[in-house]
Amino acid sequence: MSGLGPEQRELVLATAHQIRLDALEMVHQAGCGHPGGPLGMAEMLAVLYRTQMRFDPAQPDEMGRDRFVLSNGHTCAGLYSILSQVGFFDRTMLRSFRKLGSPLQGHPHRGSLPGVDMSTGSLGTGLSVAAGMALAAKADGRDLRVYASTSDGENQEGQPWEMATSAVHYDLDNLCLMLDWNGIQIDGNTSDVMDAGDLRAKWEAFGWHALEIDGHDVDALYAAFEEAKAEKGRPSILCCRTSIGKGVSFMEDTSAFHGCAPDDEQYETALAELTAAAP
Amino acid sequence: MKETRGPGRMRAFTMTDGESVTAHQEKIATRAAYGKALAALGAERPDIVVLDADLSGSTKTAVFGAAFPDRFFNFGVAESNMMGHAAGMAIMGKTVFASSFAMFATGKAWEPIRQSICIPELDVKICASHAGVTVGEDGKSHQMLEDIALMRVLPHMTVVVPADAPQTEKAVRAIADTPGPCYLRTSRMATPAVTSEDDEFTLGRADRLVEGTDITLVACGVLVSEAVRAAGILAEAGISAAVQNHHTIKPLDGDALEDAARQTGRILTCEEHQVAGGLGSAVCETLASRFPVPIERLGMQDRFGESGPGGDLLAHFGLDAAGIAGRAAEFIERVK
Repeated sequence: MSGLGPEQRELVLATAHQIRLDALEMVHQAGCGHPGGPLGMAEMLAVLYRTQMRFDPAQPDEMGRDRFVLSNGHTCAGLYSILSQVGFFDRTMLRSFRKLGSPLQGHPHRGSLPGVDMSTGSLGTGLSVAAGMALAAKADGRDLRVYASTSDGENQEGQPWEMATSAVHYDLDNLCLMLDWNGIQIDGNTSDVMDAGDLRAKWEAFGWHALEIDGHDVDALYAAFEEAKAEKGRPSILCCRTSIGKGVSFMEDTSAFHGCAPDDEQYETALAELTAAAP
Repeated sequence: MKETRGPGRMRAFTMTDGESVTAHQEKIATRAAYGKALAALGAERPDIVVLDADLSGSTKTAVFGAAFPDRFFNFGVAESNMMGHAAGMAIMGKTVFASSFAMFATGKAWEPIRQSICIPELDVKICASHAGVTVGEDGKSHQMLEDIALMRVLPHMTVVVPADAPQTEKAVRAIADTPGPCYLRTSRMATPAVTSEDDEFTLGRADRLVEGTDITLVACGVLVSEAVRAAGILAEAGISAAVQNHHTIKPLDGDALEDAARQTGRILTCEEHQVAGGLGSAVCETLASRFPVPIERLGMQDRFGESGPGGDLLAHFGLDAAGIAGRAAEFIERVK
């Protein structure tokens, strides 16, 4: 299995960097939102949209394209950034995030913005929808893949585990999840709030093809997506070890910026840190 | 009152407009009509898929499942997951029917219905059986009495409670042709028909089954046949009761209700549901701004059900024809 080519790798890294810049700016100018998650998921989204998903941004309603459900919908600043970067809508729209009348709602809303495949926000609900898409695609013999993201916090809900059972029952090998496994939830460390233990082992115990990788390593992400694609007869989950707030020193590995916008000074500092580390 | 009903049969009665109706049809549960209609529709509409949560024998989706196994999906005892899948399949172009008992479909899965079906306005038809006390022996845990309230508060949701088997069959076709989320409520207990195959059915337009001048009985579901019988009982007592079947609770037929309010000045709502939040509440909300008249709400008075045969429970809670007639007479006496 060949890895990321040099040009592809460069594009992915630049895309991830832009996700961080966009997400920070969007949340800052909105004055509220969730900056930590998108910073931590930047590489996952960049590799997914730049190297895996098949779509034509000019035809967002095309039935045969791959789908993505952001089940941890509060991290949507990252989704909006990647959708704009791959051409689903004009990047100037990012500035309207969370404003009255904007299609860039505080949590993703299907129908208001091209490329948003599902309305999410209430944790626990999105994975079943992604599995439903995969099931319908299989029933119709459509050669498409359905991707969805989830988080360790969301895995505290019950509904994802109902889906974990049924996706294996229905052999949904066209379904691939990404677990944003950062050990942080809005009230603090998951180990303090509600320790879910070894999530990879749990998903594997449910019958999934479960891989554990560094969620910031674009080569590892690419290889894992490719391995998942080759896996037949069962769904896959990439359990991505990540740092929430990745790239901004005071946002990393803390719940402080899970659901809190940076003030002006924090924003400038963050921007400077990200810019200094630009690929 | 004279009650000469035999097993599986209903006595003939005379209604206030003088038209003789002989309700001699075999009793059929609306859930059975749902299963039959769904299977028939499945033959015409390849886009239809049916989902159930381990109750397909009772909800009657098993009829569809036997005919179209490739389009039938069982999710086991996991209603929330089923509703999420329904949403995902609708996004992929399917017209989805998702069934369970009313308790579990609307109670347990309310939030996925809100988030994943109503917010994105998807073509999911939630068709739930075993609503109300006529569930019978299973008792209060299974007798869903809050589902109309839970479903009608959701934006984009259409709420349909057909009165009998023929109407259920038409309702299934109507909701399949109506874009967006729908809730269809059916019952376990076999009940007589008050409509026929030839009657028109339009979502949002009530059936004006009986004309009257003293009071209008506004009913839905299983209680429509009881209300029609109650009108007969009241006629014998010299009271002229109109009967309207509001099979669509959302959107409610405000014109029919306003006519009823103007013509009879009193309304008694009849439903197998809590008096809070259901048909009675919806009628009050509508008439409060259109033509307020005294309204009594017959239903479950802020309490749960009991175990027992469904028919006995209707009588026990005053929801059968005799109970409706008695409440109507008392209402008329009190509000001259």
